[in-house]
Amino acid sequence: MATDIKVKRGYDLRLKGETDRELVEAPMPKSFAVKPPDFHSVVPQLKYKKPGVRLEAGDELFVSKYSDKVRFVSPVSGVIKEIVRGERRRVMEIIIEPDGENAYKDFGKLEVSSADAETIKTKIFESGCGAFIKQRPYDIVANPDDEPRDIYISACDTAPLAADPEFVLQDQQEEFKTGIEALAKLTSGKLYLGVRKGTSSFLKDLKNVELIEVSGKHPAGNVGVQIHHTNPINKGERVWVVGPEDVAIIGRLFLTGKFDAKRTIAVAGSDAKERKYFRTIVGAEVTALVGKVDTKKTRIISGDVLTGTKLSAEGYLGYYDNTLTLIPEGDNFRLFGWLPFTYNNIPSMSRTSFSWLFPNKKYEVNTSLNGELRSLVVTGEMEKVMPMDIYPMQLIKACLAGDIDRMQNLGIYEVIPEDFALVDYINTSKVEAQEIIRMGLDIMITEVG
Amino acid sequence: MGLRDKLNKLKEPFLKGGKYEKYHPLFQAFDTFLYVPDETTKKGAHVRDAVDLKRVMITVVLALMPALLFGIWNSGYQYLSQIQDEVGFWEAFGEGALKVIPMILVSYIVGLAIEFYFALKRGHDVNEGYLVTGILIPMIFPIDTPLWMIGVSVAFSVLIAKEAFGGTGMNLLNPALTARAFAFFAYPTFMSGTDVWVANAGELDAVSGETILGKLALNEEVSYNTYEMFMGVIPGSVAETSTLLIILGALILLFTKVGSWRIMLSGLIGGALVALLFNALPADIGNSLTNFTWYDHLLVGGFAFGIVFMATDPVTATQTTKGKWIYGFLIGLLAILIRVVNPAYPEGMMMAVLFMNVFAPTIDYYVVQANIKRRQKRLESKKLKAA
Repeated sequence: MATDIKVKRGYDLRLKGETDRELVEAPMPKSFAVKPPDFHSVVPQLKYKKPGVRLEAGDELFVSKYSDKVRFVSPVSGVIKEIVRGERRRVMEIIIEPDGENAYKDFGKLEVSSADAETIKTKIFESGCGAFIKQRPYDIVANPDDEPRDIYISACDTAPLAADPEFVLQDQQEEFKTGIEALAKLTSGKLYLGVRKGTSSFLKDLKNVELIEVSGKHPAGNVGVQIHHTNPINKGERVWVVGPEDVAIIGRLFLTGKFDAKRTIAVAGSDAKERKYFRTIVGAEVTALVGKVDTKKTRIISGDVLTGTKLSAEGYLGYYDNTLTLIPEGDNFRLFGWLPFTYNNIPSMSRTSFSWLFPNKKYEVNTSLNGELRSLVVTGEMEKVMPMDIYPMQLIKACLAGDIDRMQNLGIYEVIPEDFALVDYINTSKVEAQEIIRMGLDIMITEVG
Repeated sequence: MGLRDKLNKLKEPFLKGGKYEKYHPLFQAFDTFLYVPDETTKKGAHVRDAVDLKRVMITVVLALMPALLFGIWNSGYQYLSQIQDEVGFWEAFGEGALKVIPMILVSYIVGLAIEFYFALKRGHDVNEGYLVTGILIPMIFPIDTPLWMIGVSVAFSVLIAKEAFGGTGMNLLNPALTARAFAFFAYPTFMSGTDVWVANAGELDAVSGETILGKLALNEEVSYNTYEMFMGVIPGSVAETSTLLIILGALILLFTKVGSWRIMLSGLIGGALVALLFNALPADIGNSLTNFTWYDHLLVGGFAFGIVFMATDPVTATQTTKGKWIYGFLIGLLAILIRVVNPAYPEGMMMAVLFMNVFAPTIDYYVVQANIKRRQKRLESKKLKAA
């Protein structure tokens, strides 16, 4: 029996610049990068500290300082070109120049149906596929020593302009199925798969899964919402979450023995010229997908507009992202822009603009903050985009205060920053809710673990 | 060179490293009054809603305008109608404006000066909250309040009720009502009685300048009918008398969803229920206040103004949805209870809102506690199953 989740307390931000449903092969990027900051709380211990080393796809780049079982590998075969360090010599990017040979390290094929959980787990983590498994609470890379209570996969993305997982997976069905079969063995609990309600894709006929059919407004597709409404995370529990295309990468590992991290990227947004689905590889340089972009006028976002990361003109795709969004920068002044019912071309959930009268209109948005940071004054608005039994404003305040007991009591284990993305978007005082929640989670990691 | 270029040039010394860096919040306050700044998102969501605090606050100010304009006219009319037979519209409006506009100016100048001072001291931008408070204060004072008294009350309320608690968003008590309560207890002769509700009443002979609640408390005949009370051509504080125009303001707040409909509705229900209960008492047991028809109770004594503009202040009200129902209901209930049971305090509405301001965090505490209990119960039942 599938569980139904319908989200009413949410918001669909409708934007111009949708991606056409056309899949094309992207040209080979000049370079790739693995960015340790993509793996929150992982302190990288580099295998090669100097550039120049030749690697195959699947060769280790670094491990986590706290567990050498968690390995991060090169997505392509080539040469380490540069190791970019930031403040306090923190490793920001490991840049790899591809050699065009597509050589893969062989991890050996494995028949999933007859393999036991330990073998599967070892293989996933030793090949670097472990990086694709994230743990809740805290939204960090999973620890291979844990046995998760359940595993969740959401093949439904409701974020604005986000890639459609069904389209992404359509030519990777076998890999996806194998991935599901393998992951299901890692838990004695259930493997939940969230799909769009009414879908006719192969996803709804999969075996070994507990189907969740989601409908309604964003954030219906967020895994956090799906977990909350099926089996919420309590203190001490661990749940694993895997992205839909990452399941296919894991499946491919067992089918071919290779770390073959293909990535399908939906290029979207009003400033994108060619809005198509591009097939490339994890960590690709974005110029291969969007060409030269003037980042003074256009912002390149790896991910969707609510949760993505800002990239430089020659930046690299985020490790987990399936979407690349290009929207105009909003560094312009607006005369008397604070008057109610002016500038109705900027979407607003609030009724102080006429834009709510046109729920189906699509907007071109820019990156303007549309105001300035203020004290928290307006109440009741955050609840409108929080489809969980959680008091968002109270939780934010508990995080700001660093009050561990209160955070715990108010449900910090059940949320990750992306669940507060819409709070970022709608709140009148321009409070950075995602950042605050991340801060609260980090306190919990150090204090509770 | 456009206005924007000029401003950018003027701004230079106020920027980081500039000569007047310290006074940046000051310049910024004026600049953002003209332009929504060019600030872009640095972290978190890359796009943001068009709404900001300024927009919300201006919406409240707009919602107050009908009642304020009427109040200005009514202040003039109440005075002129005592000394002459015919009163022209503009004549009354002008007379009122001469009295009310200085009150507004004093309130804004004193209040904003303090707000700016604290913004500079604390190094944050000036919050827009005072835009609303500053106009609310003159609206709820008697017309003849000396200007210095308004200044002192504003200073007291901004300093003690707001900044001492940490500024906008942190205050426990509604600043506008705190100002009034301060004046009410510090200068009682100017805030109640027969002589304060009509301009220059002291100079007039045989003025009928008592408010309706004041008369009822003295068991005197009330010469106004329900229609007149609803329209608001009656003596009272500057701009709280016209229920009709307050409803118009309420509609603006409800349409824009800036004011909480839950608080307004439950407040109305709470007030009506208690007044009905008092009405149900045998006529000879009660006094003229218990016998005052329930719907008339809702039209006088600033009840409507309090429910629409004071109780809905999001900072001092309850923050949870359930809490808002309870909070509004109790305000309505207490307002009528206080004015009927203790006729010495016709200011029942003011007391009720301030009292519930103090209790709002407690109400929220219990509402949130229910959520916490649910979560703990879930954890325990899990543990039981496991064991």
